[in-house]
Parts: sequence; C-alpha cells; structure tokens
Amino acid sequence: MNILAYLIPASLFLGGIGLVAFFWALKSDQYSDPEGDSRRILSDDHDDAPKP
Amino acid sequence: MTALGRAPISACPACAAMPAAEALAGASDPGGGLLLSLPTIHCAACIAAVERDLIRHPGVQSARVNLTLKRVSVAADTTVTPEALIERLAKLGYEAHPLDGATLSMTETDRQGRDLLMRLGVAGFAMMNVMLLSVAVWSGASDATRDLFHWISAIIALPTVAFSGMPFFRNAFAALRARRLGMDVPISLALILASAMSLVETAQGGRHAYFDAAVMLCFFLLAGRYLDFRTRAVARSAAQHLAALEVPRAIRVTGDTEALVALADLAVGDLVRVRPGARMPVDGEIVEGTSELDRSLLTGESLPVWAGVGTPVAAGEVNLTGPLLVRVTAAGRDSSLHRMADLVATAENARNRYTTLADRAARVYAPLVHLLAATAFLGWVWHTGDVRLSLNIAVAVLIITCPCALGLAVPAVVTAASGRLFRAGLLIKDGSALERLAEVDTVVFDKTGTLTLGRPEPSNLAALPRPALAVAAALAQASSHPLAVALAEAARTAGVRPAPVGDLREVPGYGVEGRWQGQQVRLGRAAWVGADPGALTATHLKIGGADPVAITFTDRLRPGAESAVAALMAQGKAVHLISGDVPAVVGALARRLGITDWQAGALPGDKVAAIAALAAAGHKVMMVGDGLNDTAALTAAHVSMSPASALDAARVASDIVLLGKDMRPVGAALALSGQARQRIRENFAIAVAYNLIAVPIALLGFATPLIAALAMSASSLTVSLNALRLRQP
Repeated sequence: MNILAYLIPASLFLGGIGLVAFFWALKSDQYSDPEGDSRRILSDDHDDAPKP
Repeated sequence: MTALGRAPISACPACAAMPAAEALAGASDPGGGLLLSLPTIHCAACIAAVERDLIRHPGVQSARVNLTLKRVSVAADTTVTPEALIERLAKLGYEAHPLDGATLSMTETDRQGRDLLMRLGVAGFAMMNVMLLSVAVWSGASDATRDLFHWISAIIALPTVAFSGMPFFRNAFAALRARRLGMDVPISLALILASAMSLVETAQGGRHAYFDAAVMLCFFLLAGRYLDFRTRAVARSAAQHLAALEVPRAIRVTGDTEALVALADLAVGDLVRVRPGARMPVDGEIVEGTSELDRSLLTGESLPVWAGVGTPVAAGEVNLTGPLLVRVTAAGRDSSLHRMADLVATAENARNRYTTLADRAARVYAPLVHLLAATAFLGWVWHTGDVRLSLNIAVAVLIITCPCALGLAVPAVVTAASGRLFRAGLLIKDGSALERLAEVDTVVFDKTGTLTLGRPEPSNLAALPRPALAVAAALAQASSHPLAVALAEAARTAGVRPAPVGDLREVPGYGVEGRWQGQQVRLGRAAWVGADPGALTATHLKIGGADPVAITFTDRLRPGAESAVAALMAQGKAVHLISGDVPAVVGALARRLGITDWQAGALPGDKVAAIAALAAAGHKVMMVGDGLNDTAALTAAHVSMSPASALDAARVASDIVLLGKDMRPVGAALALSGQARQRIRENFAIAVAYNLIAVPIALLGFATPLIAALAMSASSLTVSLNALRLRQP
C-alpha cells in the first residue's frame, strides 16, 4: 500500500490544477455570457488570430 | 435576414473579449462605452451579424454581444451616438434601445453571483475528492488505511465546509437572531455537527465518518441557491433594462437658449419645451402653443384632448401635434407620476407577505427535523447509555433528513419554468409570482395599450367617396398626428393616390387645411370643421361648403390578443374588461373579443374596487394593464402583468412583464405556471418519500455514510430531473 503515499498527493495535485483553472475561468469572465459563448462556437468567424 | 448571407469581411469581432473591449474604450476614449439593449436577438447568426455590422460603423472600435443578457456593449469614440447605432441595427432588422449605463448597477450582482459560483466550485472539487476516498472506505478499507483516508478527507472537507457553507451559516445566524427557524438552521446544524462528529470519530479511529455527506450537502444546496440566484439575476437585469430605457431628460428653456438637462435638475417655475411626440416630463401649465394631448396612459381615454395656453398637464401625457412651452409646477419627486410610484411601493410590501409553497414546507419541516434528531439522541442514550453511539445516530438522522431535495426542488422548477417563459417573451420579476399565477381563476384586462396597441386605424374608409378619400390622404400626409398618420397609411395601403392639394398648413391643436380645386379643405377636430363631435374617436373632413364627413377610427388590436383571450377562456378562466374609455368603444372591443363582462368609464378607484369585489368573492385575480390609471389595480390584484410599453410605474407595480408586442404568451403562461406548481408538489412528494424510507433506517441506527450518500444524491437527482421535464414544451 506504499504506492498510496505517491498516488494520493498526485491525485490531489491534479484536482488542484482543475480548481485553479476554474478560478481562472471565473476571474476572466468566462461565465458572464454562457448562452452567447455556446453559440459563438458555431460561428464561422475565426478568432484564432488575436486582434491588432 | 440578407445580412446573414454576407461574406465575413472583418476579422471576427468576437475576438475582442469583454475585458479587451473595456480596455480599448478606457485607453482611447474614456466615456465612449455604449450599452444597447437588443430584446429580439436570439441566435448565433444574430451575434455575428450585429457585431460585424456595428464594427463597420465609423468610430466604433469593438462591439460585443451578451446573448444571456440580450445587450451589446460598444466601445466607440464620443462622436458616435447611440441613435446612429440604433438606426443601423434597425436596418438589419434588430430592435435596439439605448441603455442608461448608470442605472445598470450590475457589478454588485455580478460579484455576488461569482462568489456563489466560486463556493459551488470549491464544494464540487472537494466532493469529488472526498467521494473518491470514501469509495475506498466503503469497499472495505480498514484499520490504518481507513484512518489515513479519514484524515485526508478531514483535511479536504473541513476547510471546504467552512468556506462553502458560509452563506448558510450567515443566513442561519441572521434567522436565529430574529428568533426564527428557517431552512438554513437545520442545514447549518447538520453541517457543523456532521463535521465535528466525524472529526471526533476519526481521532478515535471510529468506523463511520460523514465528511463526504457534509460536503455533498454543501454542494447540492449551493447548486439550488445558485439556480435561485441566477433566475433572480436575469429577471433583475431585464427589469433594469426596462427602467434604463426611459432616459429621464427634459429640454429647459432659459432666455433664448435651450439645454437638455436631467429631470432631477428641474425646479418649479422653469420653462420646459415639449416637442410633438414627446412625453411630458413634469407636471405643469402650458404657457405657449396649442396642441393635442394623449392622456390614455393616465386615464385610459383613447380620444386625444385639445390643449392650449393655461391647460394643466401631468407628467406621462404625450404631446401630439404642436410644440409646447410648459411652466413646471411640480417636478421629480413631487410630480404626479412619482407620487403614484411611491404609492405603489408602499402597496408592494403588502404583497410580499405571500408565503410560498417552499416557505410553508420549511415551516413544518425545520422543527420536525430538530425534534426527530433530538428524539433519536435521547432515545438511544436512554436505551444504551452510549453517548457516542447516540450522537452518531442523531447526526445520521440530521444528515439524511436534511433538505437537499427540498432546497433544490423549488429553485430547479422555478428556473426551468421562468427560463421557458422568458424565451416566450415573459419576464417573471419575482419567484412567488409563478405560484400565484397558478392560482388565478379570473383575468381582468385593461383596454388601451393592453389589449389594443393604442394605435388607431380608420374603420369607415370604404364608406367614403373616392375623391374625398384622396383629399383626406393628401391632408393627412401633412401632419404627424397619430390619426393623420394612420389615415395616410391606410389610404396608401388601399391604393389611393393623394389629390393635389395646395397651401397645406397645419394648425396645431386643430388640424390641417389646404386648397383643392379652388375650395378650402380641412381635416381635423369636429368643432374646427363645424361637425358634431361623436362618441367614437374620429377626425372630420370638410370640402368647401359641403357637410363635414366623419372618419372614425378603432384602436388596433395587440397581436395575439384574440388568441390570448380565447386561450384563457378555454382554460376556464373568467375574463373581464375594465377600461376608462367611453362605453361605445369598450363595448365594441368586448364584442370583438367575445368578452361578456365589461365595464367602461372606470376611474382608477373603480378598477381597484372591481378587483377588491372579485377578491372578496373568493376569486384570485390577475390584472393585465399598462397605464397609470391601472397601477393601483395592478397592485391590488393577486398577480399582475404589464406590457413592456407600459409606464414605468405600472411595470414596477406588476409581477410579470410582457417583453414583446405579442399577447399570445399570456395563455401559455397560465398553463405553464399550473404545471410548475404541479412539479413543485411532485418534488416535495419525492423528497418526503425518500425521507419516509431513509429516516427509519437512520433512527434504528443502521445508517452508514454509504446509505446517507446514496439517499442524498438519488433524491437530489430525481427532483432536478423532474424539474427539467418542464423545459420541454
């Protein structure tokens, strides 16, 4: 069962990354327009190039 | 929708994310941020079309549509006016309104929502991790492994409960201080007891720890709270939209100069210019000019009244033909419009005393839960003398009975139902309105502006000789009076070519005159052309020395009014019509819609009395109205609804706002509210059924963390899914 000593911290660490990502998404306003964002993905306009 | 077919020319405007847009606006031009409301936007193509078109407007740096809130924020130079953008959007086929940014204090709500979402996210993260560890314990981990897993769970769960449970603790504390038992007291007690008990058990190497249950409880209840919050936030922002649409400005005249000032800056004695077509911003007295006034929003009369020097005017009336100079007698807080709004605010508090189904359930539920847990504890202590075991069982009872399903049942249903109504064009301003709507058995309509659009259309054109019609059309084209506009439009649709009339001249407040084939021709008020004024809305045509002819008008029906009334009658609701207008007009409309119960010439007090009488007879009344003369009645009714075109005071007084022009959703709303109430009851039944099974198990001491987790998630899932069934039509 010694493997647990690595696995538990590892799983908590991975979960923590998810949590931090969630905080980041929250802070950068990604939940301010859920309906619009779900439709924007269907739009033909590409936004892979950043605006000048 | 030809705009959709255009090739994308600019790079996607969508890439300018909100923060970027704000940064841009801040950098190049401080104050250049514009907000427009787009009530009709609804699809992915609309977003692209609107953003692409706006960015092409000179001076616009970026445009970003928020589809959830149905508005677009534009970063632009100060030279860009909202009017120019609105005109652009109108050409695209989108109705747009300027929003007063100051009225929209969204930041506070945004912050609250984000805070709740953050706590929910933390609870969700902790729940998954603790559950992972718990599965190992449930499947037979023992001794040191079990203790280790319990300790790790404790490390994750305790801070989570402290952080995520904060809203419940705060509410429970407030409730206890007010000597009440809300839903939050049992929740907080369960959270704290479960955490503390599990910590003690873990320290002593016990078998059962309820960390997973505590975190799960947090998560499900926060989900309910968040749903509840979102529903209210969307409703509030839409209501603020409507308020922000009325930008309160007036043109003040000092000496020779005219300046646009805020309503709050006006003082008694100031002179205010009111253009034709504009609404009176203040109470006052006319000192210059003649015109006609549309008082329908205040009194319900559809017939415009003549106004000249010395006529008193009230805020909310619409100036129709000539420009007026008005001396202010009461402004802002003292104006009749505001006094009425204050009256409504006082009456509002009375309605807030309505207890919802959830409140009633909580009132029974909270004491029962505490009693059950206490009984379990005392019973087991008396039976076994083992305090630790007894406490364990009491905690298990608290956790299992805890109102997960109850906390989710109502918000989930209300969210699903009001979401569907919102898409249909109805805004529910207050959660309990949905329940009250379900109880309605009588619907009272106002006429002008509610069942009708307050827009006239000529009704006897066919009876007029063709040449007279041609003259009338020519005269009507020269005026912007609503009757004249309607007449000119009707003549155009009928294919009538206007006759060549010379010397056209509008006499504000009276009508239009001109010269045709050497004779004087006049179109206007009865007294001016020498006719007898009738009861119906009419304008009169006089050609030379001939007898004047009356052109009568009926008010145009609101689209969907007929089918809405029919749908309500089909559902077995009694439909009444009460209006301030003259009997001939009201009666004609009632017959057209098949309403047998109608009352004309009603003053605001009469409307209230009629509704009070219906209520006294045991009916639950829904009032639908739009004018200032309806506000008191709207407040007195069990539920009230007003169209978006209504006066601000009327919208504030009503629980539900009809966002579009169409009346059709009204019938569907009543049916849906009935369904929603049914779902809420079903959800309560489901929650009770789970408790009936799980509570005896807990009381007998057979409850394990596994059973608690299963009961909780299963009941929460069932009620959520049951609520979601409402989303399907």
